[in-house]
Amino acid sequence: MRLALKRSRPVAPAGAGTLPRPARLRKRWLAAGVFAVLVALVAGVSLGPVSLPPGSVAIELLNLLPGVHLDSGLTEREIAIVTELRLPRVVLGLLVGGLLALAGGAYQGVFRNPLADPYLLGVAAGAGLAVTVVLTLGVSTGGALSGLPVTIPLAAFVGSLGAVAMTYLLGSAGGRSRSPATLILAGVAVSAFLSAGQTYLLQRHAESIQEVYSWLLGRLATAGWQDVRLVLPYFLLTSLIILLHRRELDVLSVGDDEAASLGLHPQRSRYLLIAAASLGTAAAVSASGLIGFVGIIVPHTVRMLAGASYRVILPLSMLFGGAFLALTDVVARTAAAPQEIPIGVVTALLGGPFFVVVLRSARRVLT
Amino acid sequence: MSTPAPTSLPAPAVDLRDLRISLDGAPILTGVDLTVATGEWVTVIGPNGAGKSTLLRAVGGLLPAPDAVRLFGTPIGELRRRERARVVATVAQSPVVPSGMAVLDYVLLGRTPYIPPLGRESADDLATVHEVLDRLDLAGFHARELATLSGGERQRVFLARALAQGATLLLLDEPTSALDIGHQQEVLELVDQLRRTHGLTVLATMHDLSIAGEYADRMVLLADGRIVATGTPEQVLTEDLLARHYRAHVRVIPGPHGPLVLPTRPNRPNRPNRPNRPNRADHAVVAPDKSRET
Repeated sequence: MRLALKRSRPVAPAGAGTLPRPARLRKRWLAAGVFAVLVALVAGVSLGPVSLPPGSVAIELLNLLPGVHLDSGLTEREIAIVTELRLPRVVLGLLVGGLLALAGGAYQGVFRNPLADPYLLGVAAGAGLAVTVVLTLGVSTGGALSGLPVTIPLAAFVGSLGAVAMTYLLGSAGGRSRSPATLILAGVAVSAFLSAGQTYLLQRHAESIQEVYSWLLGRLATAGWQDVRLVLPYFLLTSLIILLHRRELDVLSVGDDEAASLGLHPQRSRYLLIAAASLGTAAAVSASGLIGFVGIIVPHTVRMLAGASYRVILPLSMLFGGAFLALTDVVARTAAAPQEIPIGVVTALLGGPFFVVVLRSARRVLT
Repeated sequence: MSTPAPTSLPAPAVDLRDLRISLDGAPILTGVDLTVATGEWVTVIGPNGAGKSTLLRAVGGLLPAPDAVRLFGTPIGELRRRERARVVATVAQSPVVPSGMAVLDYVLLGRTPYIPPLGRESADDLATVHEVLDRLDLAGFHARELATLSGGERQRVFLARALAQGATLLLLDEPTSALDIGHQQEVLELVDQLRRTHGLTVLATMHDLSIAGEYADRMVLLADGRIVATGTPEQVLTEDLLARHYRAHVRVIPGPHGPLVLPTRPNRPNRPNRPNRPNRADHAVVAPDKSRET
């Protein structure tokens, strides 16, 4: 009879075109995401102390594609500004923003918690403490920030995994009575604890305060192609793992028991996704310091506008997160020109009020 | 298998042999033997904490009992998770309702055991889901958010997801506890109908004994982690058994489709004349029947 149920209508009935479709990433949303990335790319490269005409910048960017040779009308010096100064910074912003938003969306899914975010879970603080340890104790070869020694992302990864494990254990100590708010409270406590450790280390190693602080506040400003090269593999690995599991995150949203009775290994998927999201956060933090709230602003906006399925949220968060951070960086470096505002300050200024909006819409889940 | 059954007899849908489950060191089930034939409806009753839900979770494979549970003749430990999910579907006591998820997407989750890991659902899966939605009169609900449905509609959606799983063994944990009596009957009639048309086997737990008895072929009374009575509703729903294991005062009277269990208050203290107490009949208010006035 099971077969009868399954096969009695093997193809969609007549009028299949009108059959409602399941939640999937619509082409126009995907196109909108790609368009946002392109806009951010051109705007990010055009705007700055020396403004360049966006049209010429777009042509120059096309010239980077193999086999394209167009005349943009830019001078040699302007071309150098585009390709050596601004482009790596914008690309790093796209990668970091994409990673933070993707990690935020994944954490929200695995913890079934609308407030989960790399920062609120303490993941970023863990990465920050680990990097501070490396910088102050001179574990990295030479201790220099320039060139981003591989030890920094690795330390950040270890620190972020340690922090998320602490938050998870602390948050589930309440047993059955735990609520989404418990996890966030645990994350805040873990963040405070780890930040205290970081402050203590900085106090003890005053000579490295300058170096650590310039990194903590976000360092897209000094980005070069070597930073992009360093983040890119982590970006690819993280996004591959998370995006491939986007349907499983939908299944996990009905709870572990039901996901298990639907044939999944919920705990296995959860650990893998937490590891991937933490790796992404660690790579983002080690490349650009602490940039908060991207992981909560972007996935929530996508959820409100394009749909609640993780098959929609995750890919769009990656695209819009990248565009968001690259455009925020434009604000950070032009709003108070010639001074730069640390980009983490700009995202926090935007994210604070937004968080109130999320709290209001999540009230039902939290109570 | 150690004891090969004669080929003429099909293996029972559920075969429990000395099922023992402990949770956090506390024994919950202490040796349960039970068989449910294919196509049968068996309802497990018992007081709170007797182990009813634990029994269902073990049969559904959510608690480790690799050898004690056999589904259609195969020890559950030998089934891979996805295989198991094609054989047995569970409607949990209070399923999680994911915020923002539409009915169609929720029911599609039932196709998970047929979708390759990291893959997406096929047109076949979608057709199956639409067929199930039609079957359960949910065709107009596909785009509705789960959270906006009434209790009865939601229960039908949970059932739809279980049916979309294509499993022939249906585990229902308190399927009607959130519903008013009209919707309770509607849901149970639907399950009974599906049982006949789709050849389903039903293993359920229920609290309402009269309703449980009206739908079950056989009932099992569970107390303190073991089976204390099993048989037809008439054999299990007796004043004596219910008094002993529920510590309940009930009257059992025969009904058209099974015994009806009426809770009665034990020895109500005799209250002689209470002059200050108004006569309730004088104060009874019955809303006028407005349908005739216009």
